[in-house]
Amino acid sequence: MNRLAIEAVVKQFPGVPGGAVTRALERIDLSVEDNDFLCILGPSGCGKSTLLRIVAGLETPTAGSVLLDAQPVSRPGPDRGMVFQSYTLFPWLTIEQNILFGARSTHAKAADLISRVGLKGFENHYPKMLSGGMQQRTALARALANDPKVLLLDEPFGALDHQTRALMQELLLGIWEADRKTVLFVTHDIDEAIFMANRVAVMSARPGRIKAIVPIDLQHPRHYTMKTSAEFSAYKARLTEEIRVEAMKAAQMEEVSP
Amino acid sequence: MTPLKPVTPGARVALGVAFFVLFFAAWAAATFGGFVSPTFLADPATMLREGWNLLAHGFVRDILITVWRVFGGFLIAAAIGVPLGMAMGAYKPIEGFFEPFISFSRYLPASAFIPLLILWAGTGEAQKLLVIFVGSFFQIVLMVAVVIGNTRRDLVEAAYTLGASDREIVGRVLLPSGAPEIAEILRLVLGWAWTYVIVAELIGASAGIGHMIMDSQALLNTGQIIFGILVIGCIGLVSDLLFKALNRRLFPWSLA
Repeated sequence: MNRLAIEAVVKQFPGVPGGAVTRALERIDLSVEDNDFLCILGPSGCGKSTLLRIVAGLETPTAGSVLLDAQPVSRPGPDRGMVFQSYTLFPWLTIEQNILFGARSTHAKAADLISRVGLKGFENHYPKMLSGGMQQRTALARALANDPKVLLLDEPFGALDHQTRALMQELLLGIWEADRKTVLFVTHDIDEAIFMANRVAVMSARPGRIKAIVPIDLQHPRHYTMKTSAEFSAYKARLTEEIRVEAMKAAQMEEVSP
Repeated sequence: MTPLKPVTPGARVALGVAFFVLFFAAWAAATFGGFVSPTFLADPATMLREGWNLLAHGFVRDILITVWRVFGGFLIAAAIGVPLGMAMGAYKPIEGFFEPFISFSRYLPASAFIPLLILWAGTGEAQKLLVIFVGSFFQIVLMVAVVIGNTRRDLVEAAYTLGASDREIVGRVLLPSGAPEIAEILRLVLGWAWTYVIVAELIGASAGIGHMIMDSQALLNTGQIIFGILVIGCIGLVSDLLFKALNRRLFPWSLA
């Protein structure tokens, strides 16, 4: 059975008074299996974050619905954990207290996750004292400690430098390989999408649609050396072509719009 | 000097002290040098002598009464104002209901209420507390509402995705995230409360620092007036430092 089903989701934002509405998403249909790792890849402004926020329940769709285990989603809940692109640790709580924030988190789970994301010794630090990469690792641990059915990641490594980002990808992949969580990962980085995903859903420029779904048949456990393999390059060539067209459309739209 | 370049803590203290030294030197020069008539401005030595006189004749009681009035009125205003401000910041219908009235009331000068408050509450302690309350309450409410309303939305969203209820958002996100700024608001308003209490004591009071200043004016004793003003300044400075130290202890996470 599908764990998560996105059915005919449409999202429009009201435009300027008197103007036309902005069509952010145009009829998205997607289903995500249990233990799937789906990357949503698209150029910036294509509505991929909006789609993720609808799944999280932080936005309501104009039409259509999102079903989690056949139950419609209407508001945010602990069954859909999220990691944001911005640093959203609670600055008044220590690293450990942040990970314990969710009602389903326990001290044992927190301690286990702290060591798995490599934050041992930093339990009592405040977020401000940590680097961006460490903060995002804490945010990941915080989401996982609450034991969500689906993990939603909105360009979680987008603000990190290239090297840290590569390490974070391996860390997340390692956790997924061990726990087999259902993951929805939004990114505009093609390498990141191929390296992480079981399937990559390519989104078109606004209004966002799912343009293609590309299964990634790379073996697990994946290692960073894979990024230079022939198979990887073939996927990359294909996805680059798909995305390029959309990025160009998006760029043109920005030029004509005031 | 380079813009925005910080100075060392030592240099900072030295600069701050230097101003006081210059200030007193200028005052001493003007009075001892005979440039200003003693009727209008007492010299520093007379001021200290008069101050000692005051302290020897029960001025401590006046100081304590004034301090009690400031903190009493301020605490009542904070006890009601902070929760109301939080409710307004968190819940927009509540804000819509109170905000116009409180914005209007904020511009009513507390000192203008003194005659009315004397009429209603007499010249006792209740009237003094009411003046402080009127002067502080509306400011606290509005500023707290703004702080709570400006809570980072992404933190609120993160809390929701971790399963927080609407109530928990208020108690576990809005309150702790706004707490250091609310403490800062209280520190600021406490400073203003000091001006209101003196104004309240200038009219219809039988004790307090303001009352002493009023009595001294009748006797043209500028030494006592200046001593009274300095005492207020010192108490204000001390309470400010204590407040800052308390905030630093309570909210270590908000420091750079």
